[in-house]
Amino acid sequence: MQWETVIGLEVHVQLATQSKIFSGASTAFGAEPNTQACAIDLGLPGVLPVLNEGAVAMAVQFGLAIDAEIPETSLFERKNYFYPDLPKGYQTSQMAQPIVGKGEVELVLDDDVRKRVRIHHAHLEEDAGKSLHELFSNSRGHGMSGIDLNRAGTPLLEIVSEPDMRSAKEAVAYIRAIHAIVTYLRISDGNMAEGSLRCDVNVSVRPKGQETLGTRAEIKNVNSFRFVERAIEFEVERQIELIEDGGKVVQETRLYDPDQDETRSMRTKEEANDYRYFPCPDLLPVMLDSAYIEHQRSTLPELPTQKRNRFETSLGLSVYDAGVLSATRPTAEYFEAVLAVCGDAKQAANWVQGELSAHLNRENIDIANSPVTPEQLGGLIQRVLDDTINGKAAKQVFAALWNNEGASADEIIDTRGLKQVTDTGAIEAMIDQVIADSPVQVAQYRDADPEKRGKMIGYFVGQVMKASRGTANPQQVNGLLKQKLDEA
Amino acid sequence: MHHMTLTELAKGLKAGDFSSRELTSSLLDRIERLDGDINSFISITRDRALSAADAADQARAKGESRPLAGLPLAIKDIFCTQGIRTSCGSKMLDNFQAPYNATVVEKLEAAGMISLGKTNMDEFAMGSSNENSFYGPVKNPWDRTAVPGGSSGGSAAAVAAGFAPAALGTDTGGSIRQPAAFCGITGLKPTYGRVSRYGMIAFASSLDQGGPMARSAEDCAHLLGAIAGHDLRDSTSVARVVPDYLAELDTPLAGLKIGLPKEYFGDGLDAEVESAIRDAIKVYESLGAKVCEVSLPHTHLAVPAYYVIAPAEASSNLSRYDGVRFGHRCENPVDLEDLYKRSRAEGFGDEVKRRILIGTHTLSEGFFDAYYRKAQQVRRLIRQDFMDAFEEVDVLMGPAAPTPAFDLGAKKDPVSMYLQDIYTIAINLAGIPGISVPAGFAGKRPIGLQILGKHFAESQLLNVAHQFQQATDWHRRHPSDQETT
Amino acid sequence: MAIEHADVLRAAHLARLGLNSDAEAAGYVDDLTQILEMVDRLQAVNTDGVAPLSHPLDATQRLRADEVTETNQRETFQACAPETAEGLYLVPRVVE
Repeated sequence: MQWETVIGLEVHVQLATQSKIFSGASTAFGAEPNTQACAIDLGLPGVLPVLNEGAVAMAVQFGLAIDAEIPETSLFERKNYFYPDLPKGYQTSQMAQPIVGKGEVELVLDDDVRKRVRIHHAHLEEDAGKSLHELFSNSRGHGMSGIDLNRAGTPLLEIVSEPDMRSAKEAVAYIRAIHAIVTYLRISDGNMAEGSLRCDVNVSVRPKGQETLGTRAEIKNVNSFRFVERAIEFEVERQIELIEDGGKVVQETRLYDPDQDETRSMRTKEEANDYRYFPCPDLLPVMLDSAYIEHQRSTLPELPTQKRNRFETSLGLSVYDAGVLSATRPTAEYFEAVLAVCGDAKQAANWVQGELSAHLNRENIDIANSPVTPEQLGGLIQRVLDDTINGKAAKQVFAALWNNEGASADEIIDTRGLKQVTDTGAIEAMIDQVIADSPVQVAQYRDADPEKRGKMIGYFVGQVMKASRGTANPQQVNGLLKQKLDEA
Repeated sequence: MHHMTLTELAKGLKAGDFSSRELTSSLLDRIERLDGDINSFISITRDRALSAADAADQARAKGESRPLAGLPLAIKDIFCTQGIRTSCGSKMLDNFQAPYNATVVEKLEAAGMISLGKTNMDEFAMGSSNENSFYGPVKNPWDRTAVPGGSSGGSAAAVAAGFAPAALGTDTGGSIRQPAAFCGITGLKPTYGRVSRYGMIAFASSLDQGGPMARSAEDCAHLLGAIAGHDLRDSTSVARVVPDYLAELDTPLAGLKIGLPKEYFGDGLDAEVESAIRDAIKVYESLGAKVCEVSLPHTHLAVPAYYVIAPAEASSNLSRYDGVRFGHRCENPVDLEDLYKRSRAEGFGDEVKRRILIGTHTLSEGFFDAYYRKAQQVRRLIRQDFMDAFEEVDVLMGPAAPTPAFDLGAKKDPVSMYLQDIYTIAINLAGIPGISVPAGFAGKRPIGLQILGKHFAESQLLNVAHQFQQATDWHRRHPSDQETT
Repeated sequence: MAIEHADVLRAAHLARLGLNSDAEAAGYVDDLTQILEMVDRLQAVNTDGVAPLSHPLDATQRLRADEVTETNQRETFQACAPETAEGLYLVPRVVE
């Protein structure tokens, strides 16, 4: 039987606010345990939440970026359950009236195939703390877990997709698209290793052509692009095998174990949850008027898909180049800054993806911290374009800029005398000298069949270039050499 | 001195008749001597109170003149007080020293007032008799066989017994007004959002409101002025200018339109209470007020709606007491479930558990719409009743409670206790202000007249109450020391 | 709507309230039955088209500027904690 995979995703994005969603405690990552958990985050008696404007603004920006409807009123509700990393015994979240309504994200798949994924909604909520399971023991020697509530209250935007994805690759492309949007918007650092972007994946299979959805399993907390792909592939295979062997998929929560490369049922004694959602009486309805929403809209940068399309259509870049250069906001901004100086998109694209990217990769440096600034690289490309230097010299200049051996391409070209020699007289003088110094080679050349001469000329070009320390214009050298050698 | 109003005590301090230290120390001595039986205090903070009194005396000597400086009061043990046990009447918080002050506590300190200690209360403010306290019941200073009312029973008893000239209370369904009525004092529940809830331990967040309990409307006006105001730490607090609540106290009442909700004079109203209230209305008529009957047609639904909404909010608000970060923790928990279940079973009393169970049940799947959503809809109807009535009249009047203080131990089943709040609960659902003023006695037991106003009409309520107290002396009565000994 | 023994057990579990005996649970069944009978008066009123009211005032949420205003007070906060080690709150081992 032919099977179809159906995938929906819930992506939790930690928003890059300075302070928590309902308190003034810092959200910085990696502090000593419980040093960033204030009375509100700890759920001490009597304290009350006040909503962070930064979190609201970021959620609205995301909504606008996916063309979602932003309802005038949204509500915070309480999701009630007990867990040690949930200090109040409820998570303040949104259900009935989330801050971001239905929207859409465009994915770019292999071969530039586009696909639209519908977003059901996105809502704001507070993150929980962390349980640490290293062995602590109490006075009676019992095994204990330690609770760190620094993360409790960090704002999360939970983005819930419709079940529109049909393969692991599409799911990964979707997460990449969300990642690109939130990092373009600078509403999240997108750091998956630190948990800034976490995914719950809903996977089901059904016979091809069937309308109704199969029973889904939810794979919790998959935290890298690679693991998402692997977890889905494993889970799809597991479900198909199970059904083909006459079994049934159970609706359950599973965990992906990267070490074993498998998903496992979370053995939970817990009865079906009953979260008893109700409007949080400590918070009032959030009203956003059109002026606020329009103000947020005015702050939006050009988004990844828009950029990609513009790079292809207006700048004439290849599908591949447009994809790579728009993949992250720092890369796109770097490229555009180079382009602004040199004016040649193709050259700018080649340099950013070639020489620059090779250097960055070799030293594992982020493009935002590149030792060569876009202005410097743009200046260098200008000198290639106006024939001031040839390609070989350009690489030398780039290396010098990388090593901070000069402030600009022009300065390096000057001090190192790398300016291309195009004066025919000067080149002829060098050629004459080389011919005079190489009587044997000249004789061989002239004795050879005309069709073999093409290869033999390389020696003379090399000698002339060497004499010019690489600065002679190679095309001119070639032409003049031919004339001189052939004329006798 | 023990039965003087704040206003009189302020004059005495100003005139140098006594110092704040003398006043404070005399009250502390009196509490020590007489509160053993009444049990109105959970914690007495003698040293802090005396050093604050000294500071106030010194400031006064230097010419400082904050009107409330150096005046003592008692604080319901629901307000967080830094470094002092804040128990909320519960074993759960018996060992809890709050690391911060409630906003109102900060405001009172800034006004120079002196806290004598923390008063007894029904556990987590759940109760109408103060019999649900981990620290034992409070007795009514007028009659030791009667309850003082609740949940702010300790605050009301302390004021009535001459232990403190005033106290802070909280009111979720009548918890200021009913004990004020039972103890013969004046108690004001402000408009929801008028007084910050920050640092006030939550029972039902959309209903809770702190307010003053004192010996006169004028004193309540002083205190409300000190504690009201917008608080950036409380999202539900209202950004609205705090008026001078003393400014309108003397406005004559001629032409005032008083509505008597017919539902507040129906079955179940004690005859002596009714007669005292009708007499009080006559006093108002003699002051030039016009009286008419009005209807609040959804009154009978207030108690049912309340017992869905308040327990639902409470069940969630009280989830934080889990034995992990503060509060009671059971001995030797074998696992996490055991830690939660035993800590909470041991830390909470019966009434709290009952309300957590109702709230959990009515919010759970399959019941939410029939209970919670329905109750929220009825809440709107109840608020509308008041809005409609205030189209016709300026204030509403009626009894604060259907009976005078009942006997300790008299009400065994929860529902008959809940029905005690039949005249007070709707006010919290609607968020409007209400004040209870002494209006007579049934035997030894006081009777309270309740006056209700529009949202933010505290100035008017205080004016209406003050004019009554200019014409009557019920509020000046106090239990004799024989009765208090 | 009647409340059954099982409903009370379920609510007690959701609320993590330990019940010591069947008799204790039965007591709550009786109490809650009484209370819910009283609450059921709500069912008699027609509320079609009435919007639920969550807050008595028609106010809206004020937003706080995104600024860090809190400092580390771990020591103060943990002074009232039942059990801590290395800055962590301790609980019986959490099984995932």
